[in-house]
Amino acid sequence: MLTTRDNLFYFIYLHRTGLTVLALGVVLVAWPVMESNPYNLGLSNLIAIYAIVVLGLNLFIGYAGQISLGHAAFFAIGAYGSAIGTVTLGGPAWPVMMAVALVAALIALAVGLPALKLSGHYLAMATLGFNIVVYTILVQWDAVTGGPSGFAGIPYLTIGSVVFDNEIHFHYLVWTFAMVALLLCLNLVRSGVGRGLAALAEDETAAAALGVDTRRAKVKVFILSAVLASVAGSLFAHCYAFVSPDSFNIFVSVDFVIMVVVGGMGSIWGTLFGTALITLLPEWIEALESFKDIIHGLILVMILLFLPQGLVTGIVDAVRTRIALNRHA
Amino acid sequence: MLELRNVSKWFGGLPALQDVSFRIAPGQVTALIGPNGAGKSTLINCISGVDRVQAGSVLLARRPVEALPAFKIAALGVARTFQNLKLFSRLTVLDNVLTGLTVAAERSFAVSMMRLPALRHQERQLRLRALKALDDFGLAKKAHWPASSLSYGEKKRVEMARAFVSDPRLVLLDEPVAGLNTEETAQIARHIRRQRSAGHTMLLVEHDMELVMEVADQVVVLDSGRCIASGKPEAVRSNPLVLEAYLGRMEATA
Amino acid sequence: MSGFQDLLQFVFAGITSGAIYALIALGFCVVHNTIGIVNFAQVDFVSLGGMFLFSGLFWSGLPMVVALPCAVAAVTLVGIVVERLGVRPSRSQNHLVLIFLTIGISIILRGGMKLIWGKNRMAVPPLAGEEPLRIAGAAILPQAVAILVITTLAIGLLVFFFRGTRLGLCMRAVASNQTAAAVVGIPVGRVKAASFALAGGLGGLAGVLVTPITTLSYDVGVLLGLKGFAAAILGGFGSFPGAVLGGLLLGLLESLSAGYWSSAYKDVSAFVVLLLVLFVRPKGLLGK
Repeated sequence: MLTTRDNLFYFIYLHRTGLTVLALGVVLVAWPVMESNPYNLGLSNLIAIYAIVVLGLNLFIGYAGQISLGHAAFFAIGAYGSAIGTVTLGGPAWPVMMAVALVAALIALAVGLPALKLSGHYLAMATLGFNIVVYTILVQWDAVTGGPSGFAGIPYLTIGSVVFDNEIHFHYLVWTFAMVALLLCLNLVRSGVGRGLAALAEDETAAAALGVDTRRAKVKVFILSAVLASVAGSLFAHCYAFVSPDSFNIFVSVDFVIMVVVGGMGSIWGTLFGTALITLLPEWIEALESFKDIIHGLILVMILLFLPQGLVTGIVDAVRTRIALNRHA
Repeated sequence: MLELRNVSKWFGGLPALQDVSFRIAPGQVTALIGPNGAGKSTLINCISGVDRVQAGSVLLARRPVEALPAFKIAALGVARTFQNLKLFSRLTVLDNVLTGLTVAAERSFAVSMMRLPALRHQERQLRLRALKALDDFGLAKKAHWPASSLSYGEKKRVEMARAFVSDPRLVLLDEPVAGLNTEETAQIARHIRRQRSAGHTMLLVEHDMELVMEVADQVVVLDSGRCIASGKPEAVRSNPLVLEAYLGRMEATA
Repeated sequence: MSGFQDLLQFVFAGITSGAIYALIALGFCVVHNTIGIVNFAQVDFVSLGGMFLFSGLFWSGLPMVVALPCAVAAVTLVGIVVERLGVRPSRSQNHLVLIFLTIGISIILRGGMKLIWGKNRMAVPPLAGEEPLRIAGAAILPQAVAILVITTLAIGLLVFFFRGTRLGLCMRAVASNQTAAAVVGIPVGRVKAASFALAGGLGGLAGVLVTPITTLSYDVGVLLGLKGFAAAILGGFGSFPGAVLGGLLLGLLESLSAGYWSSAYKDVSAFVVLLLVLFVRPKGLLGK
């Protein structure tokens, strides 16, 4: 017979994902009350925006087992799409955001469909090439994009009479999006579709033999990740009111990949951690500005060599295995 | 249930399968035997769509399936295990078995991301089925272990549970007892017999003749890609062609 | 200047940069054939070639004929070190992990170059004089001639290496079937190290040849290297003749589109055509 305590633990175990999301949500609602320094809030807002991109990218790398070195391009499509759509064309912000995400999805379909037929190398090239093309257009087509000096005067987002125009408002805006994205991704990986994707990431032959349409699944995840990146880009543009090409070059794409690897390929929760760590790192080691690249590279190499599942998953796995072995020893 | 008509396949210029024909009746266990390199695994790969046949046809319930991709053949109710285990080390044992229900769990991305009540209900049902399958194979206690922490014999059983969990029309077992000790082999034999009495149709590739004689209703013998004999186990055992294929091979290697 | 002279000029410029892409593409192919991954550190081998040449000339005061082979040798050595310390210790055989590993190594190399040589742009003098030659009315820099001659020599040497030497044959064996090669006693580990050495040498050579006509900085290799990667894919990833063909085509395409369309979008044209080719013939021009 189960005791009350057992029941409580069982309830916690059963709803562990929902409860963790809830707890994180509570912390986030309270966060601006505890932290009023706009600079620090700005940092945590940036983490939320990047996390939306990296969540999608992690689904693509960790669950579809594919490489993209061009997600900054989809981020750019969102940001510049919203900028051009609202300022140049004078459209309303929210519908423009959705239209731009749709465009990003169609582009992802066009890039992904041929490239995903082949092995990862071709996709790495296709996405890299795509990123370089988008970046070059941002720099060169200055009549539309503002060129290297950037695009200014993007309006703030509004809901009814609420204008999202300061760091505290941004906080609630971007973290709401980030939490919804997190929840959607968690739901996806916990479903049958997610198990199929996890199977695909480990062994394509086995996944296909179990009934996973591998090619279709890869294209779908690619599109999903492009849409998330585009939405994050739109938020980025509306919060900073200014965008310039340097936020969207291939090195930013590589940083997104580093965030995925640090948090753990295939670990949704790890994504938050990886994104936060890599975003905050330059702040902590500001004094070592000239070593920044080397430290980034070393982190990536060390994790891949010694904890290829990523920091969070690697440690969780080790603990889990230890517990399982102890219990049955 | 399954019928092969003149199936042929070449690797480069080398014939791997030549004019292989046989049929499997529902509810029967058919064993596919033959010396190493006879083409047994290739044949299984061709049936499950992992490999393509180049001539001939594979009929599943009278429907030609040789041109279908692997995932569609799986959707038609063909499940399989692999000679070299293909478990997903990142998932738990239970989740591994749940991947065997991929076809049953098929939902759109949008529905999955919303986690609507209908989906939750379905997930619960699937989970129960997976747990039942694990219980059948004596692994219920290890449902929440990471798959990578199991022993080799346990992993083989998880793979079988994954293949049987969806109640497939046809299960392809590629050397289910290779690398197992006598005790574990006997255990697998018991499981195969139980699944047969539950009405499952199986095609079994195996070297272990004792196991084959024990569980098979029909034996098909392949040698160098050709089907040289088929029939009841006893009849095949005393067939001079079969003896020659095996013994001749043994003399050559001795 | 007549239209024909223009064309000649563009074609010559295209072949020159194409030769550089071909060298880099070959470096990508060598590593891909033995390990099966894209080695993104290749792009930094190119920058390193230029950096070592610069140091040899101006820090150590070596003459060009000595500094150039020394620079290439130094990058070869870096290639070996990268394989030893960066790729070999990996416990994972997962290609995703290995490819990301080379990205990490690439970031470290770039960071290191920034520390040692700084962020400023530097100039490296050309191999031969700076007085342009006149061929059928088109002006051609002696450096371009040097690039073509040396690249041709290097490709000739590479062909000899793969056909005529033991190590080269071993590398081809590993490329065609790694397990079988290990079974018959080919030292797979040494072959992998050799492939990185070769990749370093090819990248370094591309670097010392190209930096006199571009400028030199710690990240000069990134765009050049990625175009080399594009060339390798265009030709069919892993195919050596494909890499050379892909390099030359990409160079020509870029220079013609810069000449007749817009120089601002010359980087775009190369990648757009690559994406289109992948669309129509996904395995590349000479891919298997």
